[in-house]
Order: sequence, then C-alpha cells, then structure tokens
Amino acid sequence: MNVVIIGNGISGVTAARFIRKLSDHQITIISSETAHFYSRTALMYIYMGHMRYEDTKPYEDWFWDKNRINLVYAHVEKVHFNEKKLILSSGNDMNYDKLIIATGSKSNKFGWPGQDLEGVRGLYSKQDLDYMEAHSKGLKRAVIVGGGLIGIEMAEMFASRNIPVTMLVREQNYWDNVLPPEESKMISKHILDHHIDLRLGVNLESIKDNGNGVACGVKIKETGEEIPCQYVGLTAGVSPSIDFLKDSELNTNRGVIVNEYLATNIPDVYAIGDCSEHSNPAPGRRPIEAIWYTGRMMGETLAHNICGNKIPYNPGIWFNSAKFFDIEYQVYGDVLAKPPENHASLFWMHEDGTKSIRIVYDKNSEEIIGFNLFGIRYRHEVCEKWIREKTLLSDVLQNLSLANFDPEFYDAYEKEVLALYKKQTGKQIELRGKRNFNRVLKFLKN
Amino acid sequence: MHILQKIGLAILIAAIGLFILSLGLNSYQLQEETLYTESDFHKAELLKAAENQGILNETYGNNISFIKAIKSLCKEAQKSLEAQAANGIPEGVGEWDYKLGDWKIKDYVFQTTKASGVGFVSRNTLTLLYTIFGLGIFGALLYIIPLFQKLPGIKNDGIYHSSMTRGLTLNWRTFFLITTTIGLLLYGVMYMGSQVFWPLVTLAVIGLIVYLVYFREKQKDKIPPKSASPDVTAWFGIITGILLIGFYILLYWKPEYITNWIVLVDPVSEKLSGNPASNWFLYGFLYTIIVIVMGIRMIAKYRHNKYQIFRTFSVMFFQTAFAFLIPEILVRLNQPWYDFKNIWPLNYNFFFDYNLDTLTSSGSMGLFMLFWGIILILIGVPVITYFFGKRWYCSWVCGCGGLAETMGDPYRQLSDKSLRAWKYERYIIHGVLVFAVIMTLLVLYSYFTGNKNILFMNSDTVRTWYGFLIGSAFAGVVGTGFYPLMGNRTWCRFGCPLAAYLGLVQKFKSRFRITTNGGQCISCGNCSTYCEMGIDVRWYAQRGQDIVRSSCVGCGVCSAVCPRGVLRLENGTVDMDNRAEETRVIHISEDEVSLIQ
Ligand SMILES: Cc1cc2nc3c(=O)[nH]c(=O)nc-3n(C[C@H](O)[C@H](O)[C@H](O)COP(=O)(O)OP(=O)(O)OC[C@H]3O[C@@H](n4cnc5c(N)ncnc54)[C@H](O)[C@@H]3O)c2cc1C
Ligand code: SF4
Ligand code: SF4
Repeated sequence: MNVVIIGNGISGVTAARFIRKLSDHQITIISSETAHFYSRTALMYIYMGHMRYEDTKPYEDWFWDKNRINLVYAHVEKVHFNEKKLILSSGNDMNYDKLIIATGSKSNKFGWPGQDLEGVRGLYSKQDLDYMEAHSKGLKRAVIVGGGLIGIEMAEMFASRNIPVTMLVREQNYWDNVLPPEESKMISKHILDHHIDLRLGVNLESIKDNGNGVACGVKIKETGEEIPCQYVGLTAGVSPSIDFLKDSELNTNRGVIVNEYLATNIPDVYAIGDCSEHSNPAPGRRPIEAIWYTGRMMGETLAHNICGNKIPYNPGIWFNSAKFFDIEYQVYGDVLAKPPENHASLFWMHEDGTKSIRIVYDKNSEEIIGFNLFGIRYRHEVCEKWIREKTLLSDVLQNLSLANFDPEFYDAYEKEVLALYKKQTGKQIELRGKRNFNRVLKFLKN
Repeated sequence: MHILQKIGLAILIAAIGLFILSLGLNSYQLQEETLYTESDFHKAELLKAAENQGILNETYGNNISFIKAIKSLCKEAQKSLEAQAANGIPEGVGEWDYKLGDWKIKDYVFQTTKASGVGFVSRNTLTLLYTIFGLGIFGALLYIIPLFQKLPGIKNDGIYHSSMTRGLTLNWRTFFLITTTIGLLLYGVMYMGSQVFWPLVTLAVIGLIVYLVYFREKQKDKIPPKSASPDVTAWFGIITGILLIGFYILLYWKPEYITNWIVLVDPVSEKLSGNPASNWFLYGFLYTIIVIVMGIRMIAKYRHNKYQIFRTFSVMFFQTAFAFLIPEILVRLNQPWYDFKNIWPLNYNFFFDYNLDTLTSSGSMGLFMLFWGIILILIGVPVITYFFGKRWYCSWVCGCGGLAETMGDPYRQLSDKSLRAWKYERYIIHGVLVFAVIMTLLVLYSYFTGNKNILFMNSDTVRTWYGFLIGSAFAGVVGTGFYPLMGNRTWCRFGCPLAAYLGLVQKFKSRFRITTNGGQCISCGNCSTYCEMGIDVRWYAQRGQDIVRSSCVGCGVCSAVCPRGVLRLENGTVDMDNRAEETRVIHISEDEVSLIQ
C-alpha cells in the first residue's frame, strides 16, 4: 500500500514513523518548507543563537532512508480525490492509496491595512525565520501584534539582540484569556522586567508605508498613537493551512473535518495535526488544537488506524507547557481563565514573583481538577494520575512532593502550599514525606 | 555588552598578552652556579665544554639561542664522557653518574635555563607575578561580575553567533583532528627516540577503529549533520585552540622554553611547599586560578539553578584543596605529593615503580595513600557510582571535569551528537581502558618479577608510550586544546579510562538515570545541543524514555536548559534493572500504548 503524507511536521512524521513500525507500507512525505523534519518549536532558538538549524532536526538526515521513508521536497498544488492523485509544484503527479493531510497552520492576518508590506510578517515557518533574520540588521524597533505564545517568543528573540520591542496586546493582561488573573499579571510584570514595551488593551489600526512599500510604523486604534518601527511581527494566532484544499469535495470548515478515527469525509483520506478540525472533540477539548503533542498523538493514533488497529483518538487529560522569557509554565488538567462555578483554587505565589502554584479542585466534592505551575516543574504522570482518579485535594496536598520535578537541591514549596491551605481552611493535615523517586515510582505503579 | 565587561575583557586580553610576551622578556647567562647537574663528572665536563665554546658568562638575549647553546654543551660533554667511559669508569661510580644520558640532558637544559635567567623577568618576578595574574583575574572578574546583574535564567544568547564559540564545519574539524593526530604521532616517533613500533601500532589501531565504525557499524554513509556556518568562521575559537595546543606542547615536552613562566611562580611554590616551582606547579597554579575564576562565571550564568551552583563550588573546592594545596603542603611536611581524589586509571602512574616505592617508603602516611588509592579503585568507584551515577566523580570532583565545567562551559554545545560519533566514542574510550589495564599489568609484572620484557613488549617502553599518547597528547593537547573545536569534554568522552570504568558501572548497576516528564517534550533540541557528552538526549526525551547512558556525567545542564521542564536527574532503586526500557512511557493515549511494543 502506498501511503502519502502531505506535511513533514510532527504530525506527519509521527504518522510515518509509526506506520513504519507497524507495517511494510510504502511511505512518502511531501513538504515544501524544509527538506527534512525540524522542530518548529525551536525556531526562536535559532534566531537567538542557542542552536543552529541543524540542531533542531530531531533525526539525522540518514534516518529517513534507513527507515524507508521517502522524502519529497515539493509543494502540493492540488489533490484530485477521485483519481487519488496529487499535483506537485514540479508539475509531476503522484498517486496514493491512502492520503494523510498534515499541513499544519499559517499565521493569521486580519485584513489590517499594510499587512502585506515589506517588513511585516508572522512567525511560523523556517522561511518566516529567515525573513526575520534578513530584516534584523539595523532594526531600531520592532512591533509585535498579538500577545499569544508566539508573540512573546518573538519579543524574546528581538530582545536577545537588544532590539527594542513594543508588544500590542488586545487583552487587559498578557494572555488573560487563558491564564487566571494572578498568573497573567505575573507574566505581564515579567515581560516589563525584560524591558519590553508592553501595551495592554490595545489593537492595531494600521501599518504605515514609508512610501517604498516598506513598513515604517504602526498606528494604535484606541489612542491613535503612532509608533515608528522597521519590523512588524504578526502573531495574532494561527489557523489551518488548507487553502489548496478549499473548493474540493473535502469537507472543511476552519480546518479539515475529521471524526474520532481521524478520517475525513472522503475514504482513504485522513487529516491530523494543526490542520485538522474534530467534528466531535472529547469533552473539554477544542476542535482545533494547534499544539505539538496533539499532533504527535494524532500521528500515532492514525498510524494504528491505517495499519488495521481501529483506535479512536483520545488526547486524554489536557496538559501543555510554555516558557515566558525565564519563567517556565506547565499546566495539567483544566485551569481556566474564567472558571465555572464549581471550580475553586488554592493559589500560592513566591514572594519573588516568578514562581506560583495553582491547584484547582471541585468546590463541592474537593476532587482535584488541575494544576497551573509557573517557575516550578511538576511531574506529568503524577498530576495526570491524580486528576484521572479524582483524588481529593487534601490527599494531593499531603503527597504533593510526589509531583515535584524541579532539579535536585531546589527549594521545595510543598510545605508552604500546605500551610496556605491550612490557614485558609483551618484543617490540620501534614505533608507525607519528602521528594523521593522510589515513592514516585511506587505511586505510579499501583 | 556592559561597558565594564568590555574593559574587563580588554584587561584580561592584555594580561594574557603580557604573559605570553614574558616568554621573550628575559636574558640568560650561564654561570658556574647556574649550571645544573646531578653529578660532579657531568659538571666538570660541562664546564670544560662551556669554556671551549666560550659560553660561560656570555649573555643571551633570548632563550632559543641560549637553549641551543646549552644543548650543544651537553652534546659535547656527552660525547667526551662516552669516549672516556670506553677507557673505564672510575671505581665505585655508577655508569650513569659518569656517562651523560639523554633523559638527564633534558632535565639539565630545563633546570639550567630556569636558573640562568638574568634579564627583565628574573629581576622583576614579583612585579610581573602580581601584574599578570592580578590584572588577569581582575579583568576576568570585571567581565563576570556584571553577569550577576542580569535576570536569572538561561543565558545562551548569541553562542552560535560568536566567533569564539560557534565551532567549525565538519570538514574543518576533521582537518584539525587529522593534522593534530598525525603531528602528535610524528612527534611521538621522536619522543620515543626514533622507535617507530608503538606509533605504528597506534596508527594501525586508529585505522582499525575507523574501519570498524565505517563498515562494521555501517556508519560510512551516515554523514553527520554539517554545521550551519558554511565556512570556518570561528576564528577566535581556532586561535584559542591553537594557543591551548601550543601551551600543552610546551608544558609537557618543551618546558625549557617556558622557564620564565615558572620563575614567576617560584615565590608561590616556595611559600607553599618550600621548593622552587616546576612546570607541574605552574600548571597546577594556572589550572586552579582558571577553575576558580571561570567557576564564578559558571555560577553567575546558572545562578537560578542550585544543582549547578553546588556542583561548581564542589569542583572549585576539589581543585583548590585536593589537587593544588594539599599535595604541596604534604611536600612541605616531607610526605609524598599526593592528590587524594585522583584515581587510577586516570592517575595512570599510580602503579609505577617509583610511585609504589615512594609510597611504601614514606611511613604510615605513604601506606595510607597506597591503601586509599586502591580502596577508591575497588570499592569507592563502584559503590558511590551505584548510588549516584558517575556524576559524583566526573562533574563534582574530578579536575579534568572541573576544567571542562568551568573554562569549558562556553564550548559545551560543540560536542558531536551524531550516531557516528557515539560509535567512535565507544571503541576509543574502551580501547583506552584496555590499553591502560594492559600497560598497568605489564608494569606491575615487571615490578614484582624484575622482568621487563613480556612477549614482544617492554614494560618501560609501553608505559612511556602510554604516558605520551594518552597521558599527555590525548588528555592535554587534544583534551583541552580541542575545547573550541570539539567541545569541552573531548577527553572525558573519548579518552578517559576512568570515565570508561565509571560508565560501565553506571550503565549496568546504578540507581542513576535521567527521567523524562511524560508527554511534555517538544523536541526542541536544547538538551542535545548543550549536552557536553554528545548524548542525543532529545532522542530519548521525545519518546518518554529514561536516559541511561554510560557517558552521561550528570552535569544537569540538559535539565537546566530544557524550556519545558522535561528532564530530571534521579536516583532510585525500584526499577533499577529496567531503567532504560520504554515501559514507563506514559503516553497520552494511555490505553492504546499497550498496542505498540
Ligand atoms: C514559533 C512557534 C513556537 C511554537 N511553540 C510551541 C510549543 O512550545 N508547544 C507546542 O505545543 N506547540 C508549539 N507550537 C505549535 C506547534 O509547532 C505546531 O502545533 C506543530 O508544529 C504542528 O505540527 P503539524 O505537523 O501539524 O504541522 P506543521 O509543523 O506546520 O507541518 C506542516 C508542514 O506541511 C507543509 N505544507 C503545508 N501545505 C503544504 C502543501 N500544500 N504542500 C507541501 N507541503 C505543505 C508546511 O510547509 C509544513 O512544513 C509552536 C509554533 C510556532 C510557530
Ligand atoms: S530540551 Fe526539553 S523539550 Fe527540548 S528536546 Fe530536550 S527534553 Fe525535549
Ligand atoms: S545527558 Fe544531561 S546530565 Fe548527562 S552529560 Fe548530557 S547534559 Fe549532562
């Protein structure tokens, strides 16, 4: 069987790897971005000089040959689904028995005047990064539009080269549509500590042309203020990159619509990763989740389905992570910016303002719902087990050291969290033991 | 860069420049009392030759011509003594107290040159000592201290933009490696008195390893990734590498040319041990200063990370106390020079006859040292490594590790992460371990039986070659000289026989491993990039597998640089025997995972 995958990102590549593990099918991956799979999440580190492009490739170049995964560096212009045929930019056709669409995302543009000027660009692909690099020389200021995860990465990138940055963020505090207010304020402050000119509660009105088709400034809608700059980063989210599939019999909305087996409305055509939109997402999950690990999970699940093990896609309990300049962020379970009525949380913050722990639980049953961690690492498996088993808050608190994943010798804050709980509730409970890896393993194994 | 940092850097470079310059800032005059000999026959003959050649009391403006003159004296004396010895050596005089051996000449030239300095350096030792080291340390600290003002966090910005730290392309790196290897082997032929046997054997072994890696391990076509910089652009790195290589060559094999440096540290040595300084004292002195100063830099860089801070303090302490001060103080107390933390086979001359003789003839202290050394090898290494992994030694105690983690930190990203490099590593490091063991067994056999020839091998020759090839060329010239070319753990990763031994224990019986945090890895590659041992940490992390690798020195930097909090160094017994398995992978689709396997 001939499996063709469009897109060599984490989803497509994971699918290919697992299909190879499970079968002898012929596998081809097509991409027009880079010849080999690289880690998009590391784009910022290339710019900042932490890594070279070569270092972002998770597999050495010979890996593909060795695993008989055929790589084609070309753009797919069109798919003829009834003939099971792809038209490539090279003009060649390619046939498939099964087609996997894993084309990822593209940066959003909301029709701002001037959004197509020179020096205005999103950050998603290697080409975007090269563009940014080519325009970095002599920059006096860069303006970043949008305050999501990519926006803050871009701010950090420019800051690493001492290029002044202004960030225009629509929300009242950084990412406060996702983060609870305390955390959101903490990160806003941290951004300011890094000398980023963070403008909250503002929108972009337009980007100014210097007369030669090159951006030379932005105008803010609310205040009318104009900020001169030579680069405008558009980081107001991403959306599925499926333009070449529109106007076909493929069922699409924002993304390619798939069922729980990642199948589209057309037989033998599947979609995974950023570009897929789940018609029936698991409770608490969004139809499109443009993140790394869901792409990986979809790729793995689809490989099973293609190789004859019918398994529904099940992303399990929500988790994610990010890093805001120097502050690491991890989340397990549901920690919402605007929590429903029954959610309550225990929130502890370190006096230095760079570490915090939030434990969300059900107000009535006291069952644990989620963890939000800043500047502190918790162990995924432990948190997941607690959430899955609906462990009681007091149980979790007593065993909190099991979750601690900070490096050795780091200060542990379990006691303080517990003390806060005791103070708030008047209950008397004590910590059971210190961090100990054997205890963790025993806990996870039973 | 902060303005203070720029000034600091300028001062540091000036101090280093002055230090290098001082090699040429002396003049030399041979006098009767500065002519160093260990036998009256030699002295008389050398003085006669000096008179003949008109060298006595002649002033030389540089050490090159002076050393040349002294060497020619020695040659003349050697010839004439040889001729006289043919007519019979006086009653009761040892052969080599009468005849002048080549190895003695080496020492005479060195000591005489050191004693004969009369110029600027010899007249101003203290001033120069304070100026060079005072300024150097001051400049370095001026550069380092402002780092403490930055917000705590990972500080790797611009590493791959800097000409000092960005490393070379694969081809250029290979070029430097091959040139250095061939150069060292050729020098080795000279060093062995024109015997080509062992250099040829070495060449054959290198060829064999290349063959095994290319063909048996099928690595020929698995070309490692090229560097992103299309050219040799790491010029500062190359210059630094060449300076370091030059330094080691002089230090090990041509110390007579750096006597000006040694004269500078004489006062320090006399304060500590009561003896004048040797080239080894100079080395220890520089080493300690560098470990301390660059240790402060390391602490500034990782000041948010207590593991890094503690570890760095530890290597600074062990270098200063155990490797530098305690041995000198022991000497002052008329005890043998002994570094209590240096362990065979890294300390390859531990079982050499002269060391065993010294230790067994130095009373209870000597016997304790002998006992301590053996206990460390047989019990210390396996037991402590069982509990904590090899990190207890490699990145907390060892001097080589100490230098790698301090001076070498800016270069850790240059280690090669390819599968091919790993294959090389395993052949080479275990090869060195085998070589060390065989060499030591031969030496011990000779020690106990008095018989030096076993099969085709002579234990003296083998150990000389080991000392040259592994002890000096690999550990020093390549080990440190290649920091800016191949990363800071080139020796520890490819060459150290003790690391090989510790690694075997770590791999097969230890509680240590690095665990990964569920599904959090985003495959970014920071961990692999900054692993100084060239371990492709990401390979394991992205599939949720624990990292159990014999080479991991537990430096903890992968865990520090991971932006997603994925890695943690752990010790645990519960799953000790299946640490390396993929079984604990708690994927995402937990129920489905059982289907894979
Ligand atoms: C700067 C940045 C940082 C990020 N950081 C994180 C993070 O920290 N954590 C996290 O969870 N997620 C992060 N993400 C999101 C994450 O990278 C994506 O969710 C993930 O890469 C999506 O993988 P994918 O395989 O679905 O698609 P992609 O990685 O986008 O791969 C799709 C590939 O298909 C190619 N393609 C598209 N159309 C065609 C065509 N017609 N013909 C040929 N080729 C085509 C594209 O060029 C692309 O190379 C980040 C994204 C960015 C941009
Ligand atoms: S640094 Fe962390 S997130 Fe990045 S590849 Fe390594 S383990 Fe994964
Ligand atoms: S794997 Fe991590 S701890 Fe081990 S040597 Fe590499 S960077 Fe250091």
